[in-house]
Amino acid sequence: MDYILNLLSSLTQEALAPTTAAFALAAIGLNVHFGLTGLVNMGQAAFLLLGAYGFAISITNGLPFVMAVLVALLVSIVFAIILGIPTLRLRGDYLAIVTISGAEIIRMVGRSSLLTTTTGGSNGITGSSYRDPFNALSPLPDGTTTILWFTYSNNGVNGWWIRIAAWGLVALFTLVLFLLMRSPWGRVVKAIREDEDAVRSLGKNVYSYKMQALVFGGALGALAGIIYVLPSSVQPDAMGRSMTFFIWTALILGGAATVFGPVLGAVLFFVVRLAIRTLAGDFIPNSIMNAQQAEQFSYVLVGVALMLLIVFRPQGLLGNKKELTFSV
Amino acid sequence: MSETYAHPKNDPILVVDDVTRRFGGMTAVDVDHLEVQRGSITALIGPNGAGKTTFFNLLTGFDKPSPGATTRFDGNTLQKTSATHIANKGMVRTFQLTKALSRLTVMQNMLLGARDQPGENFFVGLVPALWRKREREITAKAEDLLARFKLDTKADDYAGSLSGGQRKLLEMARALMSDPTMIMLDEPMAGVNPALTQSLLGHIQSLRDDGMTVLFVEHDMHMVRHISDWVVVMAEGKVVAEGPADTVMDDRAVIDAYLGAHHDTDLGDDSLLNEETYEELAEEVAEEDEQEATR
Repeated sequence: MDYILNLLSSLTQEALAPTTAAFALAAIGLNVHFGLTGLVNMGQAAFLLLGAYGFAISITNGLPFVMAVLVALLVSIVFAIILGIPTLRLRGDYLAIVTISGAEIIRMVGRSSLLTTTTGGSNGITGSSYRDPFNALSPLPDGTTTILWFTYSNNGVNGWWIRIAAWGLVALFTLVLFLLMRSPWGRVVKAIREDEDAVRSLGKNVYSYKMQALVFGGALGALAGIIYVLPSSVQPDAMGRSMTFFIWTALILGGAATVFGPVLGAVLFFVVRLAIRTLAGDFIPNSIMNAQQAEQFSYVLVGVALMLLIVFRPQGLLGNKKELTFSV
Repeated sequence: MSETYAHPKNDPILVVDDVTRRFGGMTAVDVDHLEVQRGSITALIGPNGAGKTTFFNLLTGFDKPSPGATTRFDGNTLQKTSATHIANKGMVRTFQLTKALSRLTVMQNMLLGARDQPGENFFVGLVPALWRKREREITAKAEDLLARFKLDTKADDYAGSLSGGQRKLLEMARALMSDPTMIMLDEPMAGVNPALTQSLLGHIQSLRDDGMTVLFVEHDMHMVRHISDWVVVMAEGKVVAEGPADTVMDDRAVIDAYLGAHHDTDLGDDSLLNEETYEELAEEVAEEDEQEATR
């Protein structure tokens, strides 16, 4: 009994971790790209990385918190526009190619030793150098608070304040996504997802709508990047292709083109893997599978689950099959 | 040659000059001059590969003509020729392969066709209070149009569940949501069952009666003859003849050259042929055999 309670407590803690919130937010952005507009962005991690760099470097150079966030957003918006101008007039595949290589370029440039003074090269930027202005904004008193089995320091590195801010943002943008999906704007981009020419023949500027979607989803990625690095540090190699694919996994797991799909998907992505790791660690002898192998095994299972999902439930857990079957 | 067919119209809504389009060495379209009379139904006919659909795409901005082409629409020379711009000027098209958006409902399809919905702006869209009023207006309008096209019972179904003919109707109704001055129909009868053809014809005529200009591409001669006020014949990318339906249709040379000698005879079933046609055909076959033999 105790064992199950312990397991549940650690799983729920994982579900509410700031990292999960960051993935949820990034998946919401990707949902605007792919779920609503049909843009195949294979470089969402680059938006997170740019957001993280923009924020961290601004703070270390003495800009105030709000300015740093604005810089992060601005950088990601410029990146989205640069990627979008040449590709959004072309077929969808081109955006996929350009975003995946664009993301690699950003990561490679960020970790290059020439930029060590600014980006910290491959070592990245340590959290302590940019974390303080954010923690200073906390309205919470110092100390530690326990709610149910969740015990965190109020203003610590990985405490209540970052959780509240992170999930607050997720809630805010889930609401925005909800409003967008029901708006005439959402109707136009959903139509673009299906047939651009039909929308063009009705007098809508398809290019402009696609650009708006790309920029908005990318800006959400930048905010997610800030959340992702606040409790830890900026590590360019942690924000590469695999992160992009994890965000995609979360989105498809939950269901593209749904309001709660990205959040549900992100939570499941972390919780299920932790459950596999924990159970494997506790019940499978080390001689058969050690901790490191269990970690990799958890990814294998997520991959298999994803394949089964695409085959048997292509709309994801929450999706509407009539409206969206997985098609690229 | 082109001069002969450059019929001036007393009130042209659309005037195009020097529209050419080449694919590599092949000239698909080379139209020197064409006018379309306001408030009429104009048919664009011609054999396969005559460049009708390419010309249609050029007119509606879905393809770019070679430099030098000018389009005057409703009294203004069009400076920008993107599809979006042309649609916004009031020239709306439909497609040969129907583009009903099958993963949206019929009603959503209709609302998409409307103009001036402020909620289509990203920021305005976030505040329903700013676009609800317009949404109600266009919903009412969409309901009227759907009733007219007998799709009102399908309003909440996904457009993907409609039959081919119903999709054609939906596409036409959707185009009407923007109150176009000119509507361009690309093969409106293709793939539509005969029962629906009659009602489609009626709808197209009522568009003209409402003051719209209709230009359509069609293979179905029956339809062309019945509803069009003016017929433009294209062949090998050029306009080779134009005139009122009866005149052009009776122009033996045009008919034989571009539509085939027996375009209005059902050659599939001998029992349906009348004596005269049968004899005529038999004569022709004999003639051809003779030629074969002498060669």
